[in-house]
Formats: sequence, structure tokens, C-alpha cells
Amino acid sequence: MKTTDKTEHTPAGAAGARTKPKVAFFDFASCEGCQLQITNLGETLLDVLGAVDVVEFREAISEKYDGVYDVAIVEGSIGDSHAEERLKKIRERSKVLIAYGACACTGGVNGMKNGFQLDEIRQYVYGKDYKLFDSTPTRPVHEVVKVDYFVNGCPIYPPELIEVLKHALRGLPYTVPDNPVCAECKLNENVCMYERGVACLGPWTKAGCNSWCVNNGNICYGCRGEVKNPARNAAADVISKYNLKPELIAKKFEMYNKCKEGAK
Amino acid sequence: MAATKDLDIRVEYVTRVEGHGNIVANVKSGKVEKCEFHVVETPRLFEGMLRGRSVFEAQHITSRICGICSCGHSLASIAAAEDALGVKPTEQTIKLRKLLLDYEFLDSHVLHAFLLVAPDALGVPSFVPLVATHNAVVRQILRLKKAVNDCCDILVGRHTHPITAIVGGWTKLPRPRDVDEQIRILEGMAADLEPLLKLAKTLKLPDFERDTEYVALVSDDGEYPMLSGDIGSTDGKRVPRKDYRLTTNEFVDQRSSAKFTKWNRDSLFVGALARFNLNHDKLLPEAKAYAKEIGLKPVCRNPFMNTMAQVVEIIHCYHHALAILKDLKRNGVDLSQEITVGLNEKGAVPVRAGNGVGSVEVPRGILHHNYETDKDGLIKHANCIIPTNQNVNNIEHDFAKFLPEILGETKDAIRLKLEMLVRAYDPCISCSAHYLDVTFVE
Repeated sequence: MKTTDKTEHTPAGAAGARTKPKVAFFDFASCEGCQLQITNLGETLLDVLGAVDVVEFREAISEKYDGVYDVAIVEGSIGDSHAEERLKKIRERSKVLIAYGACACTGGVNGMKNGFQLDEIRQYVYGKDYKLFDSTPTRPVHEVVKVDYFVNGCPIYPPELIEVLKHALRGLPYTVPDNPVCAECKLNENVCMYERGVACLGPWTKAGCNSWCVNNGNICYGCRGEVKNPARNAAADVISKYNLKPELIAKKFEMYNKCKEGAK
Repeated sequence: MAATKDLDIRVEYVTRVEGHGNIVANVKSGKVEKCEFHVVETPRLFEGMLRGRSVFEAQHITSRICGICSCGHSLASIAAAEDALGVKPTEQTIKLRKLLLDYEFLDSHVLHAFLLVAPDALGVPSFVPLVATHNAVVRQILRLKKAVNDCCDILVGRHTHPITAIVGGWTKLPRPRDVDEQIRILEGMAADLEPLLKLAKTLKLPDFERDTEYVALVSDDGEYPMLSGDIGSTDGKRVPRKDYRLTTNEFVDQRSSAKFTKWNRDSLFVGALARFNLNHDKLLPEAKAYAKEIGLKPVCRNPFMNTMAQVVEIIHCYHHALAILKDLKRNGVDLSQEITVGLNEKGAVPVRAGNGVGSVEVPRGILHHNYETDKDGLIKHANCIIPTNQNVNNIEHDFAKFLPEILGETKDAIRLKLEMLVRAYDPCISCSAHYLDVTFVE
């Protein structure tokens, strides 16, 4: 991910210790659940609000601001021309841009749209008037503008967002974990889902969520995106050892990682 | 003066609602030419994307339609999938689903009624200035939200996109200490809830009425229906959920190429006020007493009072959730009912071709999911009709009556009141599974 490749960061709060960094939240095609994760911080939210000056947060506040953002936090994927233009304008006005949530970072579930012929799927949902509603193939934010930090996950894991914010406000690079979810899952002493007879995407997916889903008895769906160097041979061994169909795994991957393949 | 007034209002991105919506109003010489509520959300095409996916995955995917109602979407999705597959959930599973729905209502209503609407009532643009002026109140609200979220963390792993609730049951069931902890958290909420309920009584909402058709789940038992039942209306109609399409009647208007919903009249209303109007008798005594105290009586035809109906439901759900938890504490949770996700992939769960409907009350109104599956349990067709979609037509009909009534006021006051009217419906536009730009020209 680009975050790890970056060599220099402008401290978002460098404008001066006297003024608080101006932070803005924006949403594109998404469920807005990642914004909600922020309001879910409870009273910690007030601590965050104390450290920064939130100038835009449409879901929660009405104030509008037209200056430069020290940090723009962007949720959602880009799936129409209006969104693309709006995102570019936000980037122009932002010193630092954070993409947060699976939709912004990998295209998320919105990427499944790219598995269909665009006009066909639009017509399926909107009928003969489908052309009234502009729709372009789903793209994650970094395919449209430069992204400085990524917070993966569907939804984001709140402790990681706080970590990334701390890094961004100090101008430090943040490294997205690039080991598989299994590393965290083992520490949590979960019984391996493969041992329970079901296919899980943990071995291929970036950690950083504290194996959230498996801790709760479910499988990993790959929402944080693929690790850079998945252990392909080991994966092939797992698939054959547990007598799984590779197509089944591939199909599961489409749920969050379809965008990587490009649009039809 | 109203008779000669010209007005041109454009509110881009109504704030403090979930999703993107614009208000456009035009008045010429005191006559309303246009007053529309536009939905400008990027189409996300969920129903299209579901095709070819396993019906067992539908909960995970459709949960992502909306971050705020993800538990509600999950429950409607599970109900539709189980209906299609012919799976009958156990009594314990249903009890825990009802508990989850109580949490969903509490979380959403607290956010909406207190954090998003209260600023209008107190005359400030958002809760941020309230941090300085009403700090204790803001802290009470945030603590309540956190408390409900902590309960969800225990029950479903997290509130946004629940993990443990799946087709057939639960991947993880609450242990005795988990039940105790939820009771402790809920009982602890009382101290913050009480002053907010008092404060809510002082909210001054615009005086406005319009007769419309209120639609919600109805049932024959004594419980306030949220998870199951038939679809009923204040016009005396009742149909089983498999006939949900009759009650939503999506249609295209020639003048505006827009999809509307209606049932027996020009428009319909879903949400807390509809539930209150239809099922007031079944509210728990504490909720009923509060409604009486604030003078909320069925049938109430003031859409602004939807917020107060939500406050009444906060009380109901709070006590309903506590009663379920105390029952679980008394009778224990049968942990042998924990199920493993994904076993259907190896044929452990029989699948069949089917067509299932799940109709569930979620905070903003009745939500329908409908899946048609093939013999392998793959989705052939999907349809999700969300509450806000059903309300947009009603919002525009309200505009048409409300705007002429307030034309004598300043442009700012009019704009604020139109925004408040939209917010009263607690619209959730990000649920753009099925969204069309809706226009209404008078």
C-alpha cells in the first residue's frame, strides 16, 4: 500500500501549535458505517474533538467550511462522474488525505458491481430509465486521487483509526499491517475455521482487525484486502488438505476484492 | 406578504441525515411551483450485485447497505433467506434477534432524537456548540450510544455490521457473564436516560398536520410487533408479508420519471409514528405512560411528532431488552445451539429453490427483503425496499401542504423548517439499494 512507500509526510498540524488542525469528513458511495464508528466512540469522541477542529461532518453537523483542510478523511468508493469531480476538489483543498473503510481503500462490496456488465446491472435495478442515474465502474479513492493514509476494513477498526489519526496529525508515516489475519487469530486462540470445516479468507487477508469476525465465530471475508505476498503454495496446500474448491475461495474474494481486477 | 412572495431555495446535502439529499423549492407570486426532495446518492446497485451470490451470504452483503441500520438489514435478510430455504429458527434464536432489534432501535433513536434533532429544537446548527452550552446533555447522549454499542459488541461482535447473527441462528451465543454484563450496562443507562427523557418533553416541534396512510407490521399477539407479523395500515388493510409488493406499489410518474410508493392513497408513512399509530396498545406500560404525559395519541398526523414517537420507542425497547435479558438469566442460554457458518458449502444445510420475504420493522419503518433462489441456494433475483424510499413520496406531499402554510416566514426560517421536516422522517438515504431521484411538481 502507498502508505508504507511514502518517505515524507507534511505534519497536518504543522500550521502552528496555536491553531487546531482542521479536519473534515467526507462520504461517497458507502453505508456511512465508518463515520458511525466515529460517533460510536462515545465520550472519547469529545477527546478527539478537543484535539482537532472538525469543519465538515455532514452526518452529524450542519456547519460548512470553505478553507483548506489539514486532514480530509474520505469514506466510500467512487462510482459516478459527479463523485469523481467532488473528490478531486477535496484533494486540491487538503494537505493530507486519509482513505478510510473498505469502500474507500479497496472498493469494498461496491466492487462486486464491476463483475457485471455495467449497463446490464443498472437496467436490472433501475429499469428502462436507468440512464437517468450516472454510474461508472467502482474505484477505490487512490485510483482517482493521491491517498496519504489508509484505514482498511468493513467497518474500520476504531483503535486503528485513532492510531492513524495520531500519525497523520504528527506527520509520521503509518504502516498498514501486511501479515495475514491468521497471525492475530492464533494469538486470540480461536479454533481455525478450516478445522471446523469451512473456508475462511484469513490466510490471504491483511491483519489489523484483531481477527474480529473469527473471534465471533464467523469466517474472515477479506474486507481489509489481500496481503502483498500471500503464501500461495501454503494456500494451495490448505485448499487441497481440506478438499475445498478453489472457485469457492475465489468467489468469496470477490466480495471485497473485485475492484483489483478492473472493470468489465 | 405571502401572496406576492417569490422564493428560490436550494439546500444541497441536507445535513444530519444519513445519505445525500437535496431540497429544491420554488415559489412564484405566493404560489408553490415546485418543492422537491432529491436523492443524489450514487446508485450502489445492491440487488444487482446479489445475483449469483449464495443466499447464506446475503446477510453479510446487505448489512452493508446501511451502517446505521445494519442490524435491521441483517434481520430482514436472514428472515427472507430462511423463508426461501424453509429454515425455522428456534425460540431462543428469535428471542435473541428481538434483543438485537431492541438495541438497533435504541442506538438509532438515541442518535436521531437526541443528537441530530435536538440542535434544531435548541436553535443551534449541530451538537458541536452544545458541547460548550449543554455539555452534560451531550455527554449523556454519547454515553447512552456507547452503552448500546457495548451491548451490541457483546451480542453480535459489533453494532455496525453484526458478525454473529446468521441464517439459522447464532455463531456465538452469550455466556452467563455476557448476559450479566448486558444487564449491568442497560441498568446503568437509566441515570442518563432519565434527564434526556425530561429534556425531550421540552422540544418544541412545528404544529402541522396532514392526513396520510400509516403502514407498519401488525400481529395478533400482545407484543409490539417488530420482527414478525403481517403488513397493516391505518386505512384498515392487512396483508401477509409475501404480498409486500401490494403495499409498496412502486410506480413511475410520467411527469418526473420518478419512482414513488403508495398503497391505498397517494402516499404512505412508515416509521415510529406509523408503529405508534397502529400498535400503541401493545407498548410496554412505561412507554405508554410517557406518551400519555406528552399528549401523543393515536392517530397522530403531525410528521414532526415522529421524533417523539421515537422517544416513546426508546422507553419501550429499553424495558423490552431488559425483560429478555432477565429471562435469559433466569432460564439460561442453550449454548449447544451455536452454529457454524458456511456449512452449507459442504451440504450440511439442505438448500432448495425458493422465494422468501423478510419484513422487519427497523428504526425508520418497515423494511422488506425478498430473494428468489435456485436449487443450489444461489440468488436469482433480489429486491430490497427500504423505509426511506417509502417515505420520500410522503415527504413531498407534506411539502406541498406545509410550504404554503409557512410562506409568511423568512427565507431562512422556511429553509430550516423544510430541513426539519425532512429530518423528522429520519431519512436514511445511504440505503440507496433502490433509489431514484424523486420529484414532485405542483
